Amino acid sequence: MRLAFLCGLVAAALALPALAQDDGLVVYNAQHEALTQEWADGFSKETGIKVTLRNGSDTELGNQLLQEGAASPADLFLTENSPAQVLVDNAGLFEKLPQDILDEVPPAYRPSSGNWIGIAARSTVFAYNTDLLKPDQLPKSIMDLAKPEWKGRWAASPSGADFQAIVAAMLSLKGEQATADWLKAMKDNAVAYRGNTAAMKGVNAGEVQGAVIYHYYYFGDKAKTGENSNKVALHFFKGQDPGAFVSTSGGAVLKSSKHKAEALAFLKWIAGKGGQDVLKTGTSYEYAVGVDAESNPALPPLSSLEAPTVDASGLDSKKVTELMTAAGLI
Amino acid sequence: MAALSLIPLGFIAWVAVAGGWDQVRTLVFRPRVGELLANTLWLEAITLPVAAALGVGLAWLTERTRLPGARWWAALMVAPLAIPAFVQSYAWNSVLPQLHGLPGAVVIALISYLPFVYLPVAAQLRRLDPGLEDGAAALGKGPRAIFFRVVLPQLRWPVCAGALLVGLHLLGEYGLFVLMRYDTFATAIVDQFESVYNGPAANLLGGVLVLCTVVLIGLETMLRGDRRYARLGAGAARQPVRHELGRWLAPALAGLTVVAVLSVGVTLGTLLRWLWIGGTAVWRLDQVGAALWQSVFYALAGGVLTTLLAVPMAWLTIRAPGRWQRVLEASHLYVGALPGIIVALALVSITVRLPIYQTAWTLTFAYVLMFLPRALTGLRSSMAQAPIELERAAMSLGRPPMVAVMQTTMRLAAPGIAASMALVALGIANELTGTLLLAPNGTRTLATKFWALTSELDYVAAAPYALLLIVLSLPLTVLLRRQADKALAA
Repeated sequence: MRLAFLCGLVAAALALPALAQDDGLVVYNAQHEALTQEWADGFSKETGIKVTLRNGSDTELGNQLLQEGAASPADLFLTENSPAQVLVDNAGLFEKLPQDILDEVPPAYRPSSGNWIGIAARSTVFAYNTDLLKPDQLPKSIMDLAKPEWKGRWAASPSGADFQAIVAAMLSLKGEQATADWLKAMKDNAVAYRGNTAAMKGVNAGEVQGAVIYHYYYFGDKAKTGENSNKVALHFFKGQDPGAFVSTSGGAVLKSSKHKAEALAFLKWIAGKGGQDVLKTGTSYEYAVGVDAESNPALPPLSSLEAPTVDASGLDSKKVTELMTAAGLI
Repeated sequence: MAALSLIPLGFIAWVAVAGGWDQVRTLVFRPRVGELLANTLWLEAITLPVAAALGVGLAWLTERTRLPGARWWAALMVAPLAIPAFVQSYAWNSVLPQLHGLPGAVVIALISYLPFVYLPVAAQLRRLDPGLEDGAAALGKGPRAIFFRVVLPQLRWPVCAGALLVGLHLLGEYGLFVLMRYDTFATAIVDQFESVYNGPAANLLGGVLVLCTVVLIGLETMLRGDRRYARLGAGAARQPVRHELGRWLAPALAGLTVVAVLSVGVTLGTLLRWLWIGGTAVWRLDQVGAALWQSVFYALAGGVLTTLLAVPMAWLTIRAPGRWQRVLEASHLYVGALPGIIVALALVSITVRLPIYQTAWTLTFAYVLMFLPRALTGLRSSMAQAPIELERAAMSLGRPPMVAVMQTTMRLAAPGIAASMALVALGIANELTGTLLLAPNGTRTLATKFWALTSELDYVAAAPYALLLIVLSLPLTVLLRRQADKALAA
């Protein structure tokens, strides 16, 4: 027994460092795991470079990078939305991207700093239950959802980075006071779900009449079983409304990366044909943003969404967290 | 080890002091915290009494009545322990999405944690001296009066201990309440963490949560009282008498069936349904296998390490009790009462600039802190049964003290050591929040992988992980049942 005991101890002690194997490229990934995994697999297959993901949410990983500073093990940072990229970029932790990578996407999908680029995009929508709401009862603007008549009727996932990006856009378009008021009204009016899928499921079940989410949750569910979206339709706000905000998913290479050449190659691959084709043919239903890249044909064309022009560099995640904490939403 | 155990608490105190009073005031004294506090109070206030009443009732039925198949019922009542609470809520969420908020949280908490009350109460009922009850009967008391005035008071300790355990789980649990859409401090801390990593808001919420824990423990000590319930006199107590249920048999069986169906049936049924729908396609060996290996690895490494580190403290407790020993022991035990999220948060913040950051070492260390009390209580009782004379005899035969202890006490305590390791290992396999925060890059355990899939509402793909978690936990259930009996016998 004692011998077995000691053997167990020795085995455990030996096994621990053995786990610390070479991870290849380390990606701090806040994008949907399935999508990034598909990108990583495609890239590894072409180049033989191993890719390891650390999954988390946008601002969690962004703030983590700030705290880790130059000691960070991360080589790349991929997010669902822009604010977290801005956060890390402002801290000066990104590698300046060479022109050939920047040229993979049109200027609208990259910040003025040129330190990160768009890799995909998603549109804000109001997903509503078709039994409970008729098209003429839909809100004209996302700002209308703050009105008392919407009390208890709509949902969102305030703890998620997606929703916080929408708030960041509102902050940039409407200013701090209007956004703070809207958030305060939202605390009274909205039902909080955790995750956009859960919110959409709530809409489908009739628990709420509508929810502010991104478009691809709907298309993704339709492509699977459709059981969470049978009674759901999408309302695009359009007309440059803050609710028509199209959020850019970003990618960047860390200055502290020890595999810079490989990391840049991966980012170029994602923004280039290989990565953008995954968006077109895969099950992510996010918009492709590469120059001349086509999105999934099931989606309404990106150009038809009449999204407001928002400078990605101006999206302030820190202020958003503060305002939402003050409103009691998180 | 005791000093290391104080890290999480010290860290929270440091954040509070370093941030200054103004920051504490804006981040702690705000409506959101009041809301969370109210949520927590409601949850505890409703769940605990119901759990206590149900636990006593069920234990009495299975231990003190002539129930057909009482042994089987008893096993069924403990079975929910094998199902992690977040797997229960996953199943209920997919069967009955209307169940959420406070009612959902209470129901799932009850079915998941009822065994914590049931186990100690049932064990106590089994060994109560029926002499007292006979005495009361001889004095003309009816069966009902005997139950309330003789049996129930003797159950005070196990009920309080069980309820405390349930209460602590309610404070620390994350997955259950996320799926039930009920905000508690644990969920709010993770929300803050996901928004700003380890910002002061998350840490200060952690401080409030620690205060809740302290209040709960204080409350238990107060309610438990210090009355003596031991029997005097030589010899063993008689086997207690089992009561005839008579016309109450049918309702009793119906009640037990309902509890069993709710706590085990629904979840297993749902799981099997998702597995059936998923077929063989969801068993992606590269992913399921990798997660299984990670889980097993951490469970074993953590189990061995935690138990080894608990040995010196357990030995001190048995061989050299005293004031210092009590202080040291308390600092070992308190971390177990802290929600896992607190331990994890403190370790993230402390290690972020150190070379052990994001390594298997840090994660294993977190597990050691979280599960040290489990190992300690298991070790203590088994080491207490090894007589000190053997150690002395070995030393008088010329063995150095360490070797003497190894060759006598440790050998005799071997079964207890193995049991402790198993208990810790299984705790680790089901751990979620700490693992989410601290895991090395690329590490996915069964629990975190299950959680990632559940968050996307991909019930089908999550099912294999849930099944493996339950299969891994089955031995725990058996062990805990045995240990509850033994702890009281010791």
